[in-house]
Amino acid sequence: MNAPKKKLKVATTSLAGCFGCHMSFLDIDERLFTLLDHIEFDRSPLTDIKVVSPGTDIGIIEGGLCNAENVHVLREFRQNCTTLIAIGACAINGGLPAQRNHLPLTAILEEVYHTGHGLANGMIPNDPELPLPLNKVHPIHEVVKIDYFIPGCPPSADAIWKVLTDLLAGKEPELGHGLMHYD
Amino acid sequence: MSHTFTLDGKVIPFTEGQTIIQAASAAGVFIPHLCYHPEFKPHGSCKLCTVKVNGRHTASCTMRAAVGMVVESETEEINAERRALTQMLFVEGNHFCPSCEQSGNCQLQATAYHLGMMSAHYDHFFPNRAVDASHPEVLLDFNRCILCSLCVRASRDVDGKNVFALSGRGIKTHLIVNAKSGQLADTDFTLADKAAQVCPVGVILTKRRGFAVPIGERKFDKAPISETAETTEGR
Repeated sequence: MNAPKKKLKVATTSLAGCFGCHMSFLDIDERLFTLLDHIEFDRSPLTDIKVVSPGTDIGIIEGGLCNAENVHVLREFRQNCTTLIAIGACAINGGLPAQRNHLPLTAILEEVYHTGHGLANGMIPNDPELPLPLNKVHPIHEVVKIDYFIPGCPPSADAIWKVLTDLLAGKEPELGHGLMHYD
Repeated sequence: MSHTFTLDGKVIPFTEGQTIIQAASAAGVFIPHLCYHPEFKPHGSCKLCTVKVNGRHTASCTMRAAVGMVVESETEEINAERRALTQMLFVEGNHFCPSCEQSGNCQLQATAYHLGMMSAHYDHFFPNRAVDASHPEVLLDFNRCILCSLCVRASRDVDGKNVFALSGRGIKTHLIVNAKSGQLADTDFTLADKAAQVCPVGVILTKRRGFAVPIGERKFDKAPISETAETTEGR
């Protein structure tokens, strides 16, 4: 008898995202059980594991980069994952968080913490534990090499399923009409 | 001698004076394009309709068909170039499809789908561009302008109003409104203008109609752009 096939290790994270892509991933519903015959989860909000194990096969990144910690986590994923997938609009083009990109960061912080309505004696948070915001929000391909992209806001469960099953079958993932969406 | 040329091996008939893209679309063959529109004089600027004629690159919207031409269009090489051009359009402007009311009806987006554009590849410019909401019926969102000049041509050649123009040069080229204030409200532009109907992206938007047709039920949700005859009709 053949020994059971080694399961692929998959890690996921949400950087400057809303976890909507993760929700859409969970939307593959009972197909999760089929998936779990082929993969096991490493670092992910689903497992609460905090670091990516070396030799992880697939890393799935939701969200863009809005602060220093996002960059750190992204680099950790790139270092430890053979294949990196950007999932959703924010990872791919910055998405909603990038709507701040035409405003100076200081002006935004001033308005949110000092001059906005109903604020008194506000201060801009500066605890050393807080990651520093980046001047602009960046898509993740601008910082590390990304192997595959699943566009959408969020991508449909079927689109995510298609890419994962294509990869598991050793094929180049392809989204045809109906699964390919930027919205 | 019969008036035909070949396009990816298929024999395409043409009449004297027709361009390659005109003959191809009459024969039901799709060539990706953004600044070309069958009702207007070609502009030849977006280069999406580039094909190889007898081995040389040329814009199929400006090149007249000639007997015996050997034209290549749907090749991996040409589509890779088209994809790169499309990616440059995406990074040059602010194209955030999830928050754009033209999503699903947008020719740029549908073309990117057609070309299998999975990401914008290049670094985004994130330009700072204004929105003009001055007109009572129409909103102008310059963030999405791809400089196809269709509104310029429609307003000048059909409406006889000259409301729009392209200003500046090179990377600084941008769409302007011909009014002293620069505001659309200070022109004689109306919703009935041809220029209000031709924008292939989400710059010229009719107010209070944005989501009348929900996302998912729009033109290019139903069929890919390669199967849709004229892409900006019936918006």
